Order: sequence, then C-alpha cells, then structure tokens
Amino acid sequence: MLTESDITALWITLQLAGLTTLILLLFGTPLAWYLAHSRFRFKVIIDALVALPLVLPPTVLGFYLLILLGPRGPVGELFLSFGGEAPAFRFSGLVIGSVLYSLPFVVQPLRDSFAAQGRRLSEAAATLRATPLDRFFTVSVPLARHGFLTATVLGFAHTVGEFGVVLMIGGNIPGKTQVLSIAIYDHVESLEYSQAHWLAGGLLVLSFLLLLAVYSVNRRFSPGHS
Amino acid sequence: MQFFRYLLFILIILLGCSANPLLAATPRIAVASNFAHAMKSLAAQYKKESGQEIVLAFGSTGKHYAQIYHGAPFDAFFAADVRHPRLLEEKGIGIQGSRFTYAIGQLALWSASKGFVDDAGRVLQQGGFRHLAIANPKLAPYGLAARQVLQGRQLFTTLESRLIFGENISQTYQFIASGNAELGFVAWPQLKRPNHTIQGSYWLVPQNLYTPIEQQALLLTDNRVARDFIHFVQSPVGQKIILAHGYTLAKK
Repeated sequence: MLTESDITALWITLQLAGLTTLILLLFGTPLAWYLAHSRFRFKVIIDALVALPLVLPPTVLGFYLLILLGPRGPVGELFLSFGGEAPAFRFSGLVIGSVLYSLPFVVQPLRDSFAAQGRRLSEAAATLRATPLDRFFTVSVPLARHGFLTATVLGFAHTVGEFGVVLMIGGNIPGKTQVLSIAIYDHVESLEYSQAHWLAGGLLVLSFLLLLAVYSVNRRFSPGHS
Repeated sequence: MQFFRYLLFILIILLGCSANPLLAATPRIAVASNFAHAMKSLAAQYKKESGQEIVLAFGSTGKHYAQIYHGAPFDAFFAADVRHPRLLEEKGIGIQGSRFTYAIGQLALWSASKGFVDDAGRVLQQGGFRHLAIANPKLAPYGLAARQVLQGRQLFTTLESRLIFGENISQTYQFIASGNAELGFVAWPQLKRPNHTIQGSYWLVPQNLYTPIEQQALLLTDNRVARDFIHFVQSPVGQKIILAHGYTLAKK
C-alpha cells in the first residue's frame, strides 16, 4: 500500500504547506492591508505583480526560479557569498517557490476583506484613543476573520496541490524534496497505478477532512452562533 | 482569535519536526522515467549484494539536464538519450570520460485490443482507427523513432491528422491503455515487464527501421558507491536485468 517514501513525501508536503501558509500570513497580511487602504497612485502595479504568479505555467515559473536560485543564479550566488547554500534542490528552495506561487491565493482574499470593512469602525476606535496597531489587531483582524480563513485554506491547499514548481526547483529527490503530488506522478509514470490510486485517494480524503475541520471550527467561532 | 491560536499550534508542531535525515549519505541518481522499472530492479539487486542503498529520482531527461546544470545534488545521471549527457560532459560537468551507453530502447506498436495490431504493422496502412498515439518527437526519443518508422513507410503525412502526441512515453502509454487512442507507439520495456503479461496486441518494430534509441549515463561526482553501482550495472548480473526489462545492449 503506502511505502515508507510515500509517508515521507506526505510529511514533507505537510511541512511545506504549513510553513508556506505561515510565511504568507505573516508577510501577506501587511501587504494586503496596504493594498486595501493605500491611496498611492501606482499601487495598481503592486496589485498586478501579486496576481502575476497566476499567469505563468508552474513549470515555467519553476524554470526561472531554478535559474535564479541555483548556484549559478544571482540569488543563489548571494546565498553562497554569505556562506550559505544555494536554495535550489533544498527544502528552502521549495518554500521560496511555494510562497511565490501561492501568494495571490493568500493576499487577494485578505485584501478584499480589509477593503470591504471600510474605515468607519477603525476610525471610531481611533476616537477612543486606540493606537493604529491596537486598532489593527482588535478591530480589523477580527472583522477580517473570514478573509483569513479563506486565505489560510487556499494557501495551504494550493501548496499541497502544486506540482510543476516543486518538481523543477526541488528535483524530485526522495526524502528531501519529493512532495506528495510528485510521488503520485512518479507512480503513474512507472505504471504503478494501484499505488498511485492509494496515494491520490488518501490525499483527497485527508484534504477533505482537513477542510471539514477548518470550516467547522470557523462555524463555531462565527458571530450569532453559540 | 481562537482559530489563529489553533493554526499557530499546528504550525509550530509541524516546524518542530524536520525532514527524514536518514537518506543523506547515500548516492542520488537521476533516472529517465522510461528506465524506472529496470532501475528499481537494479538498485534492489545491488542492495542485496552490497548492502548499499541508492536514492533514485525519476523524471524527464530534459528537466534533469537543466537541474544538473544548475547544481542539483545528483551523483549520476541515467538519461533517455545521448545528447543530454554529452552536452553536460562538453560543459565540463561530471566526471570526464565516464559516459557510456547502458541500454538501447526498442519501439513497439501497441493496441489495448486483442488482434488489432498484426505482427508486421500492416494495420498502419489499412487504417480503421481514429487516433494513433506517439510521443512528442521534439521531446522524446521514442517519438522521434516512431516518426521515422512512419516516414519510412511514406505514411507520416497521410496519418498526421490522426496523430495525438504524448508529452512523454508514459503519457503516450496512458492514451492507449485507456482506449482513447486505438493504437500507438510505445517503448517495448513498458510492455515487457517481468511478472506482467502483455494485454492487447503488439508489433515489436525491427530495429533497422529507426535510429537506435541509445541511452547513456554519466557519473557526476566522485561518490564511491555511485561508481561502484555503475560497475554493477555493467556487470553480467546487471546486464541480465537490463535485458529482462526489454532493452538491448550496446555491442562491445
């Protein structure tokens, strides 16, 4: 049924998706806030840049990341000059690729839910002498919690399901950069259909349970539900 | 905010545990997808004889080439063609002079239905099918060979509108196995697998009808085990396994 390397692939996938989602929430939230509220004329450019990973096919994005992040690429060389290792073919490379690839899926729902709440409540809190940071955490974030839920689910799920980027930047190394989607593809490529079916079926069931858990937790914390 | 606390908790647990470290010291070999089955048998037999584990990463030769050129940590490269390992060697990547032909692929015309393909490939002239699947000749050596067979019979232009192209030889196999294409050209090793009876009907295309599908390997690092494994591949035991998977060998 599931081999040891399948289990390892599952584990790497969960770590990758978890870390990617966490990074995107940390850095995507201020970015989304900025995009929702800034009156800067050229912010449409940033909006367009955020949506750009949707345009490039994943293998193409992966190919350019490979060029950038490998030891011959500018970013890879930067890492090397600071005594580090080039991120291509390592877990760190997978994380960088996934953060870029899933960026719009986290930033866009957050931006929209920040924009939808307007400024009035926040301004009301300001008249009560709440600092901007205070207002952000006690007014805006709780109001945007459905946006956060959507962003978290989409960011996580999109990373679990990604294939082209991680195949190119990771190199399909079992135990190191081989994620679940690639493990399934490997089984299909080597005509091991029954193992592929088990793994794909398992992925579907697991994802369904995970989404179910998240949505039911969200329901419990919704207003008007005791 | 309760939700975020749950989320943070889960993430911290995830981050606390790092990836499986036990596979770190063993050699890693990049292998062309079409050779996956044979390679697994080779690695299993090698493990039985030497106790050494080998990590195999399967993929398309074009992708492996780009990855190795950009520093992928592989110790050896088993390609689906001659061109890519030769290009690497010319660029000074890998151990110079270690390149060798490890297998020669054979082409087969196959249909999932019994009695559809005859043993001389006359079905190609007779027609009676809507789709003929071949691998993309630009990307896959087996696709190129398939085109040469069709061109040799002056059939390429007649059949061109009925061709469907797989991205690689596995996808081509899937087109035919699923019945979406009535027949197509696949790699003989995909059909002739140990402990596997061939479904449907086939024609093993004579090797003089297309340029030999030579597959070459290149040692990339000085890893002792990788070098030893390559010796094993060329030993009589290794060669027997390769032959059993439907490949032929280079003449010495």
